[in-house]
Amino acid sequence: MTRTLVVVGHGMVGHRLVEALREKDVTGQWRIVVFAEETRPAYDRVALSSYVDNWDAESLSLAPHRDDAVELHLNDQVVHIDRDNKVVRTTSGRAQPYDALVLATGSVPFVPPVPGRDLPGCHVYRTIDDLDGIRATVESARSVGRHAGMVLGGGLLGLEAANALRGMGISPHVVELGPRLMPLQVDEGGGGLLKRLVEKLDLTVHTGTSASSIEQDGERLIAKLSNGVELDLDVVVFSAGIRPRDELARSFGLTVGERGGIIVDKACRTSDQDIYAIGECANLDGMVYGLVAPGYSMAEVVADRLLGGTAEFPGADMSTKLKLLGVDVASFGDAHAKQEGALEVVVNDAVAGTYAKVVVSDDAKTLLGGILVGDASKYMSLRPLVGRPLPGDPVALIGPEGGVELTLPHDAQVCSCHAVTKQHIVDVVNSGEAVDVPGIKACTKAGTGCGSCVPMLKKLLSECGIEQSRALCEHFDHSRADLFEIVRSTGITTFTELITRHGRGLGCDICKPAVASILASLDNGHVLEGEQATLQDTNDRFLANMQRNGTYSVVPRIPGGEITPEKLIVIGEVARDFGLYTKITGGQRIDLFGATVDQLPQIWKRLVDAGFESGHAYGKALRTVKSCVGTTWCRYGVQDSVSLAIELELRYRGLRSPHKLKSAVSGCARECAEARGKDFGIIATENGWNLYVGGNGGFTPRHADLIASDVDTETLIKLIDRFLMFYIRTADRLQRTSTWIESLEGGLDHLRDVIVNDSLGICADLEAAMAKHVDNYADEWRGVLEDPEKLSRFTSFVNAPGTPDPTISFREERGQKVPVLLGVPSVGQAEVSR
Amino acid sequence: MTPVCELSALRPDQGVAALLPDGSQVAVFLTAAGTVHALGNIDPFSGAAVMSRGIVGDRGGVPVVVSPVYKQAFELSTGKCLDDPLTGVPVHPVAVRDGIIQVGSP
Repeated sequence: MTRTLVVVGHGMVGHRLVEALREKDVTGQWRIVVFAEETRPAYDRVALSSYVDNWDAESLSLAPHRDDAVELHLNDQVVHIDRDNKVVRTTSGRAQPYDALVLATGSVPFVPPVPGRDLPGCHVYRTIDDLDGIRATVESARSVGRHAGMVLGGGLLGLEAANALRGMGISPHVVELGPRLMPLQVDEGGGGLLKRLVEKLDLTVHTGTSASSIEQDGERLIAKLSNGVELDLDVVVFSAGIRPRDELARSFGLTVGERGGIIVDKACRTSDQDIYAIGECANLDGMVYGLVAPGYSMAEVVADRLLGGTAEFPGADMSTKLKLLGVDVASFGDAHAKQEGALEVVVNDAVAGTYAKVVVSDDAKTLLGGILVGDASKYMSLRPLVGRPLPGDPVALIGPEGGVELTLPHDAQVCSCHAVTKQHIVDVVNSGEAVDVPGIKACTKAGTGCGSCVPMLKKLLSECGIEQSRALCEHFDHSRADLFEIVRSTGITTFTELITRHGRGLGCDICKPAVASILASLDNGHVLEGEQATLQDTNDRFLANMQRNGTYSVVPRIPGGEITPEKLIVIGEVARDFGLYTKITGGQRIDLFGATVDQLPQIWKRLVDAGFESGHAYGKALRTVKSCVGTTWCRYGVQDSVSLAIELELRYRGLRSPHKLKSAVSGCARECAEARGKDFGIIATENGWNLYVGGNGGFTPRHADLIASDVDTETLIKLIDRFLMFYIRTADRLQRTSTWIESLEGGLDHLRDVIVNDSLGICADLEAAMAKHVDNYADEWRGVLEDPEKLSRFTSFVNAPGTPDPTISFREERGQKVPVLLGVPSVGQAEVSR
Repeated sequence: MTPVCELSALRPDQGVAALLPDGSQVAVFLTAAGTVHALGNIDPFSGAAVMSRGIVGDRGGVPVVVSPVYKQAFELSTGKCLDDPLTGVPVHPVAVRDGIIQVGSP
């Protein structure tokens, strides 16, 4: 019989419980009813500060429960528990019986009792709504030319809040009562470096002090610190820790801890056998865990228990690795050397801006913990060794390059988000189930949480003897990016010369089009010139898209999707005169299907004469730049999206790339052009444009990520120039921008460094390359029509030009012709012979 | 044997299609090494008459043409499909006389 589980709270931990139970409950024992206080379903609170990047709450959302067995009630808080009759009541008046009840009510921010803490302009930092409130305060201050802020709390959450304020253009004061920033995670040395590094970002750090009062002075807030400093502020954010939300449990007689938190046992059961508590509201062995990973473990334990299992909370690994304000910080194991006799080994490189400490047992044989600031790259190899014999001299472990090469023991946990051991990963690799990182992710879930273990996964693959070969194909040992650099630096202009000097054999359907694309990206004339014609895939060879019956489709360019009635009529007339099937594409243009090779030049003669040019629908090249109607017509538009889309499409038309490129421009945040589904998408803001990169539809849809905000048009175009050229130069064959960015060491942050901050010093070169492309652009179809030699290749039969291919036939459907499937007899359909 | 076209009309590694008197089609290739091959023009996997539009190259040193539809490789000298040994395309005898390419029946 189906039983009912009621879950109170839909934060990250409540969400995980539902997902875990649904995954394990294969026989459908439980129906799940969730009551959430917030108006939106669970979202990634850990990434809350990134909400400031785009103010898009959707981008934080966790995967919805797509399941009939789960009922989610938003904005409906549980206020009463009738434990005798096992019924909960909610603010909306609903009475919901339960067989089991899970409290996942989370925590509330702790606000120290500072006089003035409730004044307007004072906020906490916990929810999306809190950030919306902070934003409103900041914007109203900015409207009178002010922007001063303070974060009370210099721990992990405080620095997250400071990061969010920086995202809103404020360089806040950070006030921490403890003697250093992040006192729980780092020691004095690490905290000192952390302070220096964040002060470089214009933050002002006050440690060992707190606010003694906040007073209103007109529109401003005056904060007095206990050390006598007075700060003139517009916004104050309290981010000084959390308190478990245990009031519901307390009111209905469940045991709570002296310092708060619902007391639970290792099964996460409360003092009532049918009620569990998980996450930040639970108190287990006197501890309230404020990190998400222990909350997830508790969710897994309860899911197992509900299905009759005997799982117990395994204890929490409080290790942390994060990037706060651009600074890597990691802390693991006994970071503060609390164990008796523990010894500390520190390498503090003030010049390089790195601090590293390992804590070892008194006999210097066992690793106990450590702290890394400035460079946390050793975290992945050190953390799994906690409690194990030291693999070498402790100084060498954390010393600069040339240190000890670490080998993980087999039972060491590599992915702490999903508790995946090295053994598990090695097993799936050795059994052949996984041969690359995506394969490991699919088989084990490792690397699908925070992603910090992905470099370790790569290392394990190579330890298992799997060479991640980047050779393009059997004819070249080089990757596409290597070949690009070879062609660019040697000036080689033909495939024959390239394969003779740098490859072997005759070439194939992989390397020939790849090299053709490289030659085209480097502006080596018409893509059908000379030998280049023999390198092209059939679409590029006939400058049209081959369809299933061997006919082609034709797509003229319609920049930005804007077209005059006269030009629409031309397309209609051409389609009618050549008997072509017509369909509107997803890229705001018109596709004409069913053209034979002989017809292509005739069709294009008409189109070119009417002012059309190739739309490159056939190429790994820029396709379209979609747009909404923008300010010209739309009541809500804030920028002229159509003009920008046309400018971009005309700028990048004909640009050959490792894969197709799509773009769109939306005139306001309503995003009607679906720009975030594109390789590069632009969304208008009141102050300029936001640029997003790395989106795509297709097999694995992905939203693009924000890389620059509120830039003017000139800056925007520079950034896109650099982005596209960097992609063209360094991506693998058929690698779209999304996977390319993922494959970059350092990902999106690295890309931003390269194209926004010019960290490699190549931006001028990238821009010059794009300028060359823009100057050299010529319409490919006009190039064919003006060259009798190229034109002569567009024939069906060399011995009977103009004779239609007898295998092609059409039938009619909804008033248009469509192909008769080859080799499939058409029954009862009138054939339209041609 | 049916005369199809002048040898000089062919460009290395770029096929052409020709229509034979019985209505069948051949794909004619001139390799970079200077040999001429004629294969059936119909791709057995899609049924489309497009083999002449495939990319010519080699796989493991064996000269092949790759179907432009679903990318299977066919050996130029035998017509055998390297991706599916049970499938293939017919090979037509071919001769060059006085600069004219002539194609026979398979």
